[in-house]
Amino acid sequence: MSLQIKNLVVYYQTLSGYVKALDDVTLSIRDGEIMGLAGESGCGKTTLGNSLIRLEPPMKYIKGDVELDGEKLPIWNSSQMNVFRFKKISIIPQYAMNALNPTIKIGKLISELLSSRKFNYKKIKPELERRLDLVELTHDVLSMYPIELSGGMKQRMVLVLSTLLDPSLLIADEITSALDVSTQKAVAEMLVEFRNRKIVKSMIVITHDISILYQIADSILVMYAGKLAEKASTDVMINTPRHPYTKLLISSLPKVGVRYAEKKLSGIPGNTPLLLDPPIGCRFRDRCPVAFDRCFKEPPFIEIEKDHYIACWKECI
Amino acid sequence: MKRYFGRKIVIYLSTFFLAVTVDWAIPRLMPGDPVMNLLSRVSVRAEAAEAMYGYYTKAFGLDIPVWKQYINFWIALFHGDLGTSVYLFPQKVVDVIIMAVPYSIALLVPAILLSFYAGNKFGAFAARTKILDNTLLPVGYLLTATPYMWLGILLAWSLGIVAGIFPTAGAYDFNMAPSFSWPFIFSLIKHWFLPFLSLFLVQFGGWAIGMRNMIIYELESDYSHYLESLGAPRSLIRKYAYRNALLPQITGLALQLGVIVAGSLVTEVVFSYPGLGSLILSAIQNKDYFLIQGCFLFIIIGVLIANFFIDIAYIIIDPRTRLGMAGE
Repeated sequence: MSLQIKNLVVYYQTLSGYVKALDDVTLSIRDGEIMGLAGESGCGKTTLGNSLIRLEPPMKYIKGDVELDGEKLPIWNSSQMNVFRFKKISIIPQYAMNALNPTIKIGKLISELLSSRKFNYKKIKPELERRLDLVELTHDVLSMYPIELSGGMKQRMVLVLSTLLDPSLLIADEITSALDVSTQKAVAEMLVEFRNRKIVKSMIVITHDISILYQIADSILVMYAGKLAEKASTDVMINTPRHPYTKLLISSLPKVGVRYAEKKLSGIPGNTPLLLDPPIGCRFRDRCPVAFDRCFKEPPFIEIEKDHYIACWKECI
Repeated sequence: MKRYFGRKIVIYLSTFFLAVTVDWAIPRLMPGDPVMNLLSRVSVRAEAAEAMYGYYTKAFGLDIPVWKQYINFWIALFHGDLGTSVYLFPQKVVDVIIMAVPYSIALLVPAILLSFYAGNKFGAFAARTKILDNTLLPVGYLLTATPYMWLGILLAWSLGIVAGIFPTAGAYDFNMAPSFSWPFIFSLIKHWFLPFLSLFLVQFGGWAIGMRNMIIYELESDYSHYLESLGAPRSLIRKYAYRNALLPQITGLALQLGVIVAGSLVTEVVFSYPGLGSLILSAIQNKDYFLIQGCFLFIIIGVLIANFFIDIAYIIIDPRTRLGMAGE
């Protein structure tokens, strides 16, 4: 197992109380696995990704354990985490377009960053150039300022920089969201290529775009309102989802061959609950078409088939 | 780059032209007459006064139409002639100003540079240090809201009159003659210190507050967070944030320059410091058109040159302006 998270609880501290953005998350990722993490905006995807690498206020660690390659990650302590960051666990942030300091040349930034982490830039440079070739960037980018790069180029630059020290786990947060479809596909394939070349061992790909996950992910985890809803291999998730939320989510994707002029694309009625004061029991209850009495109690996230986890009373009877 | 500087030079030249025109016009719009002022100091018979009035008016070139005076002014200016002072007649305006300018520069340049440096460093240091943020920065707000001359009066009263540590008037002891000796230099520094301090403190507060706010913004920006995620040490993140936060501060310096110069003029008056400020005050009191014009001309030139250097400094430290130029 590459990554193991047990009962992780992370809240946001606000003046009106805790926002329960991540409640009791337990999951594991195998070596070499690309896990897609999907869900609506505000469901806790990014919070989960960030809490693994940069848990800063207003985020507040409540409890839970995170293990990476058998080593415990001190996610609640920023200075102890520094040892793991970049080397063992790395992130391509949601804001990759603005992630590079605008007033310094990219090569100089990388060199200063590496030497601050006690790495030799000169020794790493040949490998850096090979990686640039891999993502089809010219070596000239190293002597350019970030504003001279296009959005897609910056995204690829951040991909190369984040993975430069061959981390064991890479968190890719919404990296395709701001790109056009053809660039989306190219970036997604690069991620797979990085995994196949063993540059990164495993990955968490956070997105709200399930069709991208269908192309690259080995497994998909769906979150709803700060809770895990369902996790299974990609095929199972797309073809035979069991959780009512996942079913609705998948069915709201357009399908090839269906004329939506005749049959309106269905969505999910209602809105996500506010996480400042989430409803008791299953958080999807109010929007769920199959909810019944038992849903007032919180459903556990359990394995109903091999590698198929689900949190729904209806499915685990 | 060429086009950028071409455009800048046109802007600077037209600013110079306008500022000098205003500089020429303002004293002439004041009520009163410089020659009458001059004559009021000598007591002669009425007929003699009339003859003298006619003579001086002609000598100063004030008897011809205003538009001709204006043209003559520009012609003289290009010959480096700023005219003769009315109040210190018959000294040349240039000579009078050259005596005063070193004092003003000795006050202004160190006060501006040191307060900019120290204020920014301190502001960056105080940001995110809870104790300093809560204690010293409110003092910064107080300082920056203080008018220069008022702080000057406070300092002169407290450190000069009550404590008796520093002298409160002049540029050196009145019983000394200027010479290159240690006692004289010591006396110079002692007299220089209080006006310098009042300029320094007010600006220091402003820069510290500005930098504190700017650097917090930079430390919360995406690139700082990304560096944190990659485990970069605090010192590296702070270094980048400081450099980027300095850019708006430099723009601020260019904007503030005129205000600072104006403040220093009044501060000089408070401490009877023999710089341009004190000179301008006497010139205005005596309606000395030529001296007022000359003093302000120096200030205009000084501020424009300083602004030009700031423009260049900005190009050097911010690659974005440089790259923007290449794309013109």
